[in-house]
Amino acid sequence: MGLMTLERPGGKRRRHLDEVLLALEGVSLRFGGVNALSDISFDIRKGEIRAIIGPNGAGKSSMLNVINGFYQPQEGTIRWKGRERRRMNPYLAASTGIGRTFQNIALFKGMSTLDNVMSGRALKMRRGLFWQLVWIGPARREEIEHRRRVEEIIDFLEIEHIRRTPVGKLPYGLQKRVELARALAMEPELLLLDEPMAGMNLEEKEDMARFILEVNEQFGTTIALIEHDIGVVMDLSDRIVVLDYGRMIADGTPQKVRREQAVIDAYLGVAH
Amino acid sequence: MGEILYLILIDPFVQMAELPDFFLQVLWEGFVSGILYALIALGFVLIFKASGVFNFAQGIMVVFAALSLVGLYEAGVPAFLALALCVLIMLGLALGVERLVLRPLVNQPDIILFMATIGLTYFLIGLGEFIFGGEPKVMITEELLLPTGSYAWEVMGGLVIFQQIDIAAAVIAVVLMTALGLFFQNTRIGRALRAVADDHQAALSVGISLNQIWAIVWFAAGIVALATGIMWGARSDVSFALQIVALKALPVLVLGGLTSVPGAIVGGLIIGVGEKIGEIYWGSMIGGGIEGWLAYFIALAFLLVRPQGLFGERIIERV
Repeated sequence: MGLMTLERPGGKRRRHLDEVLLALEGVSLRFGGVNALSDISFDIRKGEIRAIIGPNGAGKSSMLNVINGFYQPQEGTIRWKGRERRRMNPYLAASTGIGRTFQNIALFKGMSTLDNVMSGRALKMRRGLFWQLVWIGPARREEIEHRRRVEEIIDFLEIEHIRRTPVGKLPYGLQKRVELARALAMEPELLLLDEPMAGMNLEEKEDMARFILEVNEQFGTTIALIEHDIGVVMDLSDRIVVLDYGRMIADGTPQKVRREQAVIDAYLGVAH
Repeated sequence: MGEILYLILIDPFVQMAELPDFFLQVLWEGFVSGILYALIALGFVLIFKASGVFNFAQGIMVVFAALSLVGLYEAGVPAFLALALCVLIMLGLALGVERLVLRPLVNQPDIILFMATIGLTYFLIGLGEFIFGGEPKVMITEELLLPTGSYAWEVMGGLVIFQQIDIAAAVIAVVLMTALGLFFQNTRIGRALRAVADDHQAALSVGISLNQIWAIVWFAAGIVALATGIMWGARSDVSFALQIVALKALPVLVLGGLTSVPGAIVGGLIIGVGEKIGEIYWGSMIGGGIEGWLAYFIALAFLLVRPQGLFGERIIERV
């Protein structure tokens, strides 16, 4: 399983991961007659790196889209920061502190890296249309203040050299990094990463894994990520949920999940 | 045969050289109508960029804005107060369209939204006729302190006449376009607008409100419509026929690209100048009247060579 060896800075951490940030209970999602998710229950605790894994078609992306508010589950309850969520949509999710990246990269392709990351500050910048029109004065000051924060994030992810480049022209690995930067600019409490390492080579994967760990350590951001490369996830996450055919077949620490017979069967393919 | 070639290829240029002052006059007329085409096209581009919707109602918005202005003035409201009220009316229209038309249709195919704008067109025609009646009205040019005289410029042994209202139209159009360009390039809302234009889902996921952005672009398109309405109205009458003129924006958009603000401007100028020159120097060969369709002909020829327009985003499909 050891695709790469990652040492957490400061060794294995033992943190208090008691506070539940997001809790799902009995969540089911159907598309017509297809059960994408059936009766899923798990929680995400503040400060942890939580992975959702499973073979292709297991329902991982559906799960993320439910948390993000893009899909409405037909059954089940979702509690976010202790309060039950009712109607949800991606805009509301974003404004309550959930940021995300996309599996197929959804950047604003015509815009520069800097503008992409700045757009992540949309919710933090509050000067209204009037001041935007006046441009000088408060809106300008606000722009500069947020620009400073954005430059920090750009430094942090080591993408200074491509600040002015339209992101459509960047190689895949860098685009993924810009997308992470944009999500970080939102300063989310929960960051959802949809296959952050898909399609990357080994070196890019190691970089990305390092960034994910550092984000978690330095900003204290809670991270929920989807991967189907099991090796990456084992080294990276605190706890893992395993899905298969829309059902949850395991939940626990990497060590525990690794030994579950159901997980081994799902990945090696045993007749159902 | 030789005579026809002479008429097409040589004679028009001889005429241009023989009467340079007249040629300059034609160029100027073309330039002014080009600027106005560009303004109308700009209204389309704003909305298309932000929502992918071709707003069929842009033409009637021009008429509606101009009619409201004249109508308010005729009802006894002072000219500049009427202008301010018109801005508010366009704001109300933008908010209403966003709330009642766009929001319920979110995530529907673009063609549905396009049809909704056709519906909006007929609604505005009906509403406009109901409130202001169907007769053409005269734009309140002088009351808005717009100049009505003309300058004569002696050049190369002749005269070129510049209507002051045309100069004002050009100046206002340039100021408006520059202001919009700066706004969309340099502010948070402008950035959000470009983000929405690129990718709706991604924009939502970083917390950009589609509803707010849509209302803002429809408002901006409404302001552009008001300016266009005043300028066109000052050159002719304010009547429902104006919305046919607005269709001239179609070839402009084909030429400039649906998503490009500079494209709208350049396309507008090419169409405006091209059709005037074509009419004067080539039109007489086939009995005139080519001004009506030349623009569409240019656009069609252009479509064959460069379907994304001069400045539009290249359409690349991954297979």
